[in-house]
Amino acid sequence: MIEFSRVSKRYHGSLAVDALDLVVGEGQFTVLLGTSGSGKSTTLKMINRLVERDEGEIRFAGRDVRHFEPQDLRRRMGYAIQSVGLFPHWTVEKNIATVPQLLGWSYARTAARVHELMTMLQLDPGRFARRYPHQLSGGQQQRVGVARALAADPEILLMDEPFGALDPVTRAALQTEIGRIHRQTGRTVVMVTHDLDEALGLATHIVLMNQGRIEQQGTPLEILSGPASDFVRDFVGRSDIGIRLLALERVAQHTRTGEILPGEPLLSHNTLREALSAFVARRVDRLPVVDEQGCPAGTLHFSDLIDARHDAR
Amino acid sequence: MPPFSQRKHDRVLLALTLLMLASLYAWPLLTWAPNRLLTGHALPWSRLANGWHPLLWLPGMLLLPAWALRPRRLVWLATALAAAALLAGLCGLAGAVAAEEAARTPFGRTSFGAAFWSMALLCWLTAAHCLTRLFPRHSSRSIAHLLLWAPLGLLLASGRMDELSVLKEYANRQDVFDDALWRHVQILLATLLPAIATGWPLGLLAFRRPALRQALFAVLNIIQTIPSIALFGLLIAPLAWLAQTSPWLARAGVGGIGMAPAVIALALYALLPIVRSMVAGLEQVPAAVVEAAAGMGLSQRQILLRVELPLALPVVLAGIRITAVQTVGMASVAALIGAGGFGAIMFQGLAGSALDLVLLGVIPVVALAVVLDALFSFFESLLEIRP
Ligand SMILES: Nc1ncnc2c1ncn2[C@@H]1O[C@H](COP(=O)(O)OP(=O)(O)O)[C@@H](O)[C@H]1O
Ligand SMILES: [Mg+2]
Repeated sequence: MIEFSRVSKRYHGSLAVDALDLVVGEGQFTVLLGTSGSGKSTTLKMINRLVERDEGEIRFAGRDVRHFEPQDLRRRMGYAIQSVGLFPHWTVEKNIATVPQLLGWSYARTAARVHELMTMLQLDPGRFARRYPHQLSGGQQQRVGVARALAADPEILLMDEPFGALDPVTRAALQTEIGRIHRQTGRTVVMVTHDLDEALGLATHIVLMNQGRIEQQGTPLEILSGPASDFVRDFVGRSDIGIRLLALERVAQHTRTGEILPGEPLLSHNTLREALSAFVARRVDRLPVVDEQGCPAGTLHFSDLIDARHDAR
Repeated sequence: MPPFSQRKHDRVLLALTLLMLASLYAWPLLTWAPNRLLTGHALPWSRLANGWHPLLWLPGMLLLPAWALRPRRLVWLATALAAAALLAGLCGLAGAVAAEEAARTPFGRTSFGAAFWSMALLCWLTAAHCLTRLFPRHSSRSIAHLLLWAPLGLLLASGRMDELSVLKEYANRQDVFDDALWRHVQILLATLLPAIATGWPLGLLAFRRPALRQALFAVLNIIQTIPSIALFGLLIAPLAWLAQTSPWLARAGVGGIGMAPAVIALALYALLPIVRSMVAGLEQVPAAVVEAAAGMGLSQRQILLRVELPLALPVVLAGIRITAVQTVGMASVAALIGAGGFGAIMFQGLAGSALDLVLLGVIPVVALAVVLDALFSFFESLLEIRP
């Protein structure tokens, strides 16, 4: 969907992005991961030409982005940022309707779309549509920001640390939301973050950047189980790798069906990391599992956690 | 320290009340002179307390204990009303006393004394203090002020104050006064409109080009430091020369003296606050909002018209308000080079040492400034209110 070939960007002579080669696959959730200043935002902004590259080529839908009018290009790509940047003088619904209006959608179509998006992002249209941004909490503002980015059904969603300014609970809720939207719509997403766990939880493809270059890329599992350099190993946290690997898999995949145990159960959509925590906290080596409806689904044994690691390889 | 509303006493009200008592003790409320050119002496209190006159002081009695009451809405409302009623009462008293004196000695002049002006200011401050607490919203507060001071206008219009010296000066010079008012407004508009028409684009340009901004502000700051009289003087020679060399300019009214140099100088002064407010207004638009707008595909023009200018508007309006008030005041000085306006009345009064004639020029200038300030503040507050 998007291809970078040998793309560089300089600020005052120093390279912010250095001969970058990257393919963003259609339908993928690509996360640009790295420490602050590693060139993630610059890379993202070169896609919608908020920043113009100095060298190399960037193709979108097979054509060089320079061959698009910047405005046309941007209207085909959703864009959400950490500080949200909602228009303070417009209501929530008018904010969300920004791009549909630019594209000249009819009133009815725009209104229906705004309603649909607010519902999808769990903002009650009856309560929030007419409010102004300053009357919303930070989390609600960011929901509006994401809804606005999705409004005109963009071919690709670009997000720059969209949840960086939120408290952990709100952030987790929005991460779940964006993951669900990605699975439901199959939309291509490129997201920038410096938060490893956020990347591991959402990405189908992680691009780990360092000083304007790609240090390693691959699935979360590939990054965790085969760090390509000391930098990557340090970044993913040497001692925490095992725990993070467990976070990638769900209890359901390893449940032994047929066995029923009494006691406080695990949920089948819990991660193995949460299961480990439960084993240690309760000092047991087997736990009952229930599915999303609360019906008994089987048991999980402590030793299955290690098998899981094994299977994953 | 507990928040203001929880304190037992209102210290501001106490201070204002004490100042009222002090000024009444120290200065004369009204003065009387045998004719318009002589300096007046204080009218004794016995003259101010004839017949029903003491009744007019009643609102003042209400004001005395207000500071000691527990601050709450009812007290604020009563205090604001009492302050307005006190000022109206003092005006009525002055008018009635002046009429009595005039009946005795036809050429005698009754004028407001220092205590009256100080009481007027203190009454206004008292009411403003209470209204600010009663109406947190600026727009409803403006309307409350209007209602509170409307009786003064009615009193003035009713003719009950006509025997006061200032109003006699007005009666003698009604035509001159009306011309001056019209001319003052003309100068104001002729200054503001071109200053805005050039100041806003310059501000926009300066905002986009930081290099230009520095040079522009350097020039405008220098202009601002030239004393107005000097600037008027500096313009006389080149404009006189222009009028001589191009007769069509002279026919259009351009000359070394008169409206032309006044308006040019005032517009130059007006440029700095107008340009600066445009730049400041655009600068305070959050960068994230502009980035988001660009990222969603708004063009530069759309960002300017739909995002930057609307968000800059409150600051820009404040700039116009400050400029308008400044221009009303400075336009008085322009009378020195023959531009007319209320300044002409002031300088005429100064030349003849007729203090009340000076006041006839000063009062409307102050009133005009206050009204303009209130009007623009009202518009600004409308922008602030978001449902
Ligand atoms: N507008 C700019 N002007 C100058 N330098 C910049 C600008 N934007 C980014 N940089 C520099 O480029 C490098 C990469 O920045 P950025 O892409 O924002 O990093 P990240 O998003 O990974 O934190 C940094 O060293 C930063 O200082
Ligand atoms: Mg960044």
